[in-house]
Amino acid sequence: MQSQIDPGAQGQTGDRPLIAEFRAATKRYGAVLAADALSFGIGKGEFLSFLGPSGCGKTTALRMLAGFEVPTSGDVFLDGERVTDVPAYRRPVNMVFQHYALFPHMTVAQNIAYGLMQRRPRPDRAEVARKVDRALDMVRLSGFGPRRIWEMSGGQQQRVALARAIVNEPKVLLLDEPLAALDRKLRREMQIELQTLQRQLGITFVLVTHDQEEALSMSDRICIMRSGRIVQAGSPLALYDQPINRYVADFVGKSNFIDGVVSALSGEGGQIETASGYRFEGRVSGVLAPGAKASLSIRPEQIDLANSAHPGAEPVTVINRIFLGEHTEYLVRHAALGDLLVLVARQAEAAAGSFAPGAAAFVAWKPETALILPQD
Amino acid sequence: MQRRLSTWLLLAPAGLWFAVMLVLPLCFVVVFSFGEREAAGGYVPAFTLAQYANLPSRGTAFLNTLTLAPFGTVLALLIAYPLAYFLAMRADPKWRTLLLILVIVPFWTSILIRSYAWIFILGGQGLPAVIAWLGFGSVRLINTPFAVMTGIVYGYLPLMVLPVYVSLERLDKRLLEAAADLGAPPLRSFLQVTLPLSLPGVATGCMLVFILLMGEFLIPAMLGGGKVFFIGNALVDLFLQSRNWAFGAAVAVTLVLIMLVTVSLYMWLMRRMGGVRDDVALM
Ligand SMILES: Nc1ncnc2c1ncn2[C@@H]1O[C@H](COP(=O)(O)OP(=O)(O)OP(=O)(O)O)[C@@H](O)[C@H]1O
Ligand SMILES: [Mg+2]
Repeated sequence: MQSQIDPGAQGQTGDRPLIAEFRAATKRYGAVLAADALSFGIGKGEFLSFLGPSGCGKTTALRMLAGFEVPTSGDVFLDGERVTDVPAYRRPVNMVFQHYALFPHMTVAQNIAYGLMQRRPRPDRAEVARKVDRALDMVRLSGFGPRRIWEMSGGQQQRVALARAIVNEPKVLLLDEPLAALDRKLRREMQIELQTLQRQLGITFVLVTHDQEEALSMSDRICIMRSGRIVQAGSPLALYDQPINRYVADFVGKSNFIDGVVSALSGEGGQIETASGYRFEGRVSGVLAPGAKASLSIRPEQIDLANSAHPGAEPVTVINRIFLGEHTEYLVRHAALGDLLVLVARQAEAAAGSFAPGAAAFVAWKPETALILPQD
Repeated sequence: MQRRLSTWLLLAPAGLWFAVMLVLPLCFVVVFSFGEREAAGGYVPAFTLAQYANLPSRGTAFLNTLTLAPFGTVLALLIAYPLAYFLAMRADPKWRTLLLILVIVPFWTSILIRSYAWIFILGGQGLPAVIAWLGFGSVRLINTPFAVMTGIVYGYLPLMVLPVYVSLERLDKRLLEAAADLGAPPLRSFLQVTLPLSLPGVATGCMLVFILLMGEFLIPAMLGGGKVFFIGNALVDLFLQSRNWAFGAAVAVTLVLIMLVTVSLYMWLMRRMGGVRDDVALM
């Protein structure tokens, strides 16, 4: 397992000072280990995402930060202070809930003002009204203050939830799949808005998502999680180019995997041999020893699809063709290597012509674009 | 057209039932209330307000009902709310169904029998004996307003617990996390989120208990020993014993009017206060 990683492997928080930190934070629910000795820091002003499949502990990590869950063992720090036992209502963080959790008996403005009104001494009414207006402005809902929650659309409710959190100027803003309930187009819009907002406010954002595109497009840094652990953390680019194992490569972007064992290693490069005797060169990413089980990872866009044989090319049969606009996605089948996804750019396809299902074709890729990865 | 017909067919059984069993008798009662009493008991047609003028003679029954019914409702609410809160928010879900059944179990026995039980508990050999034994002197419990109140609250508690429980159970618990997240300590989040959102259940429970209490006669008769009279007892007396139907009808009409006014007032108040969506105002 590569998950017992030293802090260096977790990607850098840059030269940012830490705003939040987990130290061996563990959370057990009976036999389930929802968070397994999480240790990592979150930099001030950073946009960090937790990415992982359902049930891997993303929400649990977020809830420990918010104060809804007390770690079974280990500690949570906020802005240099140990807050492990501090209840949620005393923590300077705010959360945007997945289903918004807006108060149905209050207006939009009352919802947004709620956090400010909890402060003691009570803030001045005019001041609260001013801040609420500004928050409404930021989420582009000016004038919606007197409305009732049920008079708002899903997307608008989403914005209210966001405004209700940011109006408090939290040290960390926690977002638990905030866009999951929105349709694709609206989600894209809100992603851009969230990013803009984060830059404007300079607040640290911690986002939970299982939408890799969302994580890749928005975050400064992503933590890839599995079974309560962080497998790898790093910038989207680092995760894409240097995944430490097959799990990460599979989670960040699409990839084709060919399984085998390491047959040669030389510095950055290496060679993998499949069970059927094929040998492929590639760049080694992650920790590998000769003879270890490994996977060759080739991104679909790195594979060339040609209609004539050439040195190094492998014969395949086209199974399926999906037009995606800018790209066309082919599913091709190799007799020994199995199915491969190939992404052909529109221009390339226009030049080389397209392939109908059933057609014979040849695939090839440059060895330096292929990665040799530990399987686990 | 087809639809029209089926709508009428759907409404027919209930409509017929209400017309024959409620509206018609109510009309009789109203007509009777303007009549006179026959010397041997019964009804003589007439048009006089004499019966209404005579209402003050039953003033105590009205006073008892109009104080003990609201008071009983409030007391039942004060006892039921914490219980419902515990059941909905704190009780282990494993035990919740069992505990709910326990709340309803008393309904399996007639209120008559349960009131008998209270006669023994509150009677001379019961609690007063214990109190005397503890050295707090002799107290009288049975046949007092206290006894009636005890019986009322005991009898109607489940009717209050259930609607309040339902509204608390339905409350989205994430709202409480949201309140905490926004800085509200537990008590404030209860007052600002839980309580307002459970008001529909509270309203339903209060309505149920209050309306039924206004017509109550069994508990006062048994635990009040003829000393704590409700309007219901007056009606039983007037219709069955004194056979003064005209006066009884006048008392009944007055009771119905009082209920109509209080219930309308209450609903109006709830709507004003809650500002909650119409469809949830009464759950
Ligand atoms: N209150 C709880 N009681 C028992 N088990 C829990 C509880 N909350 C979470 N778990 C378990 O802990 C594990 C992690 O849950 P968590 O909610 O953190 O997952 P997640 O990564 O957020 O998943 P998703 O993407 O589906 O939201 C899961 O196996 C889950 O079943
Ligand atoms: Mg989750």
